[in-house]
Amino acid sequence: MDGTNTNYNTREALLKLFDERIATYALSDSPEVITGRREAIAEFARAGFPHTKLEKWRNTDLGRVLNNGFTFPLAPLAADVDLEEIFRCEVPGFDTYMVAQLNGWFIERGNKLAQASQGVVVCSMEEAFEKHADLIAVHYGKYTRVNNNSLSALNTALARDGVFIYVPDNVEVNEIVQIVNLVQSAYPVFVQPRNLVILGKNSSLRLVHCDDSVDDQVGFINSVSEVVLSENARLDHYKLQNKNDRSALINNVFFHLEAGANLSTNAISLNGGLIRNEVYVRLNGRGSHADILGVYLMDRDQHIDNQVFVDHAVPDCTSNELFKGILDDQASGVFNGHILVRKDAQRTNAYQNNKNILISDKAVIDSKPFLEIYADDVKCSHGATVGQLDSEAMFYLRSRGINADNARMLLMYAFAAEIVNKISIPKLKLRIDDLVKKRLRGELSICDQCVLHCNSREQKVSFEIDMSKI
Amino acid sequence: MLSIKNLRVSIEGKEILKGINLEVRPGEVHAIMGPNGTGKSTLAAVIAGRDIFEVEEGEIVFNGKNLLEMPVEDRASEGIFLSFQYPVEIPGVSITNFMRTAVNEQRKYHGLDPMPANEFLAKMEEKKRMLDIHAKLANRSVNEGFSGGEKKKNEIFQLAMLEPTLAILDETDSGLDIDALKVVANGVNKLRRPDNAFLVITHYQRLLEYIVPDIVHVLFDGRIVRSGGKELAMELEEKGYEWIRSEA
Ligand SMILES: Nc1ncnc2c1ncn2[C@@H]1O[C@H](COP(=O)(O)OP(=O)(O)O)[C@@H](O)[C@H]1O
Ligand SMILES: [Mg+2]
Repeated sequence: MDGTNTNYNTREALLKLFDERIATYALSDSPEVITGRREAIAEFARAGFPHTKLEKWRNTDLGRVLNNGFTFPLAPLAADVDLEEIFRCEVPGFDTYMVAQLNGWFIERGNKLAQASQGVVVCSMEEAFEKHADLIAVHYGKYTRVNNNSLSALNTALARDGVFIYVPDNVEVNEIVQIVNLVQSAYPVFVQPRNLVILGKNSSLRLVHCDDSVDDQVGFINSVSEVVLSENARLDHYKLQNKNDRSALINNVFFHLEAGANLSTNAISLNGGLIRNEVYVRLNGRGSHADILGVYLMDRDQHIDNQVFVDHAVPDCTSNELFKGILDDQASGVFNGHILVRKDAQRTNAYQNNKNILISDKAVIDSKPFLEIYADDVKCSHGATVGQLDSEAMFYLRSRGINADNARMLLMYAFAAEIVNKISIPKLKLRIDDLVKKRLRGELSICDQCVLHCNSREQKVSFEIDMSKI
Repeated sequence: MLSIKNLRVSIEGKEILKGINLEVRPGEVHAIMGPNGTGKSTLAAVIAGRDIFEVEEGEIVFNGKNLLEMPVEDRASEGIFLSFQYPVEIPGVSITNFMRTAVNEQRKYHGLDPMPANEFLAKMEEKKRMLDIHAKLANRSVNEGFSGGEKKKNEIFQLAMLEPTLAILDETDSGLDIDALKVVANGVNKLRRPDNAFLVITHYQRLLEYIVPDIVHVLFDGRIVRSGGKELAMELEEKGYEWIRSEA
């Protein structure tokens, strides 16, 4: 039983889909991948969809969104949508190498990566299965948790496409790679993208991963990404989430860091009916470091859930988590930060903090830190705060002539700015800054399409924020 | 300009101001002195519109308008400015953004378009120069990590930017060394005009050597127990508040 009360039995439909597809998959996938699929579907069949009786899902209920008659696109369906229309408006100054997925399928747009000649690969997973079997054999499915994560299991069983990125040793990728994951469909759609990112030794990459709705149709996105940082590799990673209110976005990302590797990952959630980000970071080599950041701005009936699991497996690693959120109306949130320091992981330094502002008294947040420490020479700290806007600060701002609504907005903006200011790509920071302002003013909607390709930027003069428009 | 009549104010059922009467005319500097806990900050906050206080009785009229019915921000736009005894730290809001927002909101209140950015920046520079403030304020968060002196100078800077008609300085001098005190006092003196007024709240007579008041009031236990010329401040300094206490 899947524990959800659905009229449409999505679980049965998916199990049936697997039985129909597996023979076709076996034609192209390696035996090892096929074995992985079979094990994964068995796990999903056993566990079903997560439900609220599970401790880790107590406050995140998939029941409502699963109660839809989904279609499971088996092809990109590019004919249905004018992609060039979607990508029409270029953002001044924010040049990225963009790859797109539509309903989980990679869209070939014929653009060429400048450093392809140095061996950098950005292609579809389908293509990678064919052309990069050696890398697939070493990495694919090696970092994903299938047990106790039935959604990752489901993705592992059925996912066919997504984005594959490979950066060879000693290559610094100059272009910013942007993955845009679009969902558009005439029917409720169930989408399962699968991404694999492999960074060689001493390499570096900046990666922006956008999840967007193009329309207001129901979408269930069950995404899994595996990201490997070899020795001394550096990754600057952003997730931008701007989904419609009827969507569920499940984002499982598994990071694996070898010695000296440096990860910064930042989840910026602006909109979405239900968003669950599960981030797993395994610090597997000495001297590796991870910054895990997030900011979420939710209102109406939206729900945001950030689950962060940091695994300090070896000595001398550091991790730093900071998540900040603003919840208005009946919005709800969950933050679950789990730091595991294994027995040998001496001299670990792990820090975790979750700060929330609840604007309305109907908004709720469930914030839980969990430290599990088996080493003795360890510096760990955690904190969680839930508060309202500071009334002293409100009075101070208003006493200068700023009206109450704008003062409130200024304080919310300032609260979020601590995370936005940590974005190290200057042009991206400006974009996000604009989007946060728009979001707080209630101007951001999914018709802005890709979050990086929405209407022209606000006029920026010498100010970080043009408050006259707020 | 400002007319306060029989103002009675309480908080949490405790009466703090027990019938204040005060008339301030354009061009005047009034000093309000008194021991700690006597209600000076309460008076300042009630004029500015802090809503944690309960106004039980009385009226505050400012340029013919009933202040007590006005929201905080409208009072500011009407020309009231409070220099806080304890300025609030606002992480993430730069002074530039803060002041630009405030200036433009006040302009909007008066039906004016926002001030063009270059004009605004020039005005910031001009005021900093006038006040002898050299710190790079622009991109720092409001009051965050400021020393006591920097916070007070920042209040005077805001005062200069917003050009109110009535400025209330709540113990802007306390905790300042003599140099910072001079910066604050010189600033105020430069900003004095025939059409504006100052209400200078202070614990010590020292500030009044630099900002010379026209009228000095002594506030004691929620009442103005004595008013006089600037000599009153000297007398108070000599005899101490015990003198007032014995008289009251
Ligand atoms: N927020 C508050 N809550 C409760 N009592 C207050 C508050 N603010 C001031 N008071 C009380 O009001 C009285 C006057 O305080 P205040 O106006 O700050 O005095 P002063 O500025 O003259 O030192 C004091 O007894 C103080 O305890
Ligand atoms: Mg006081």
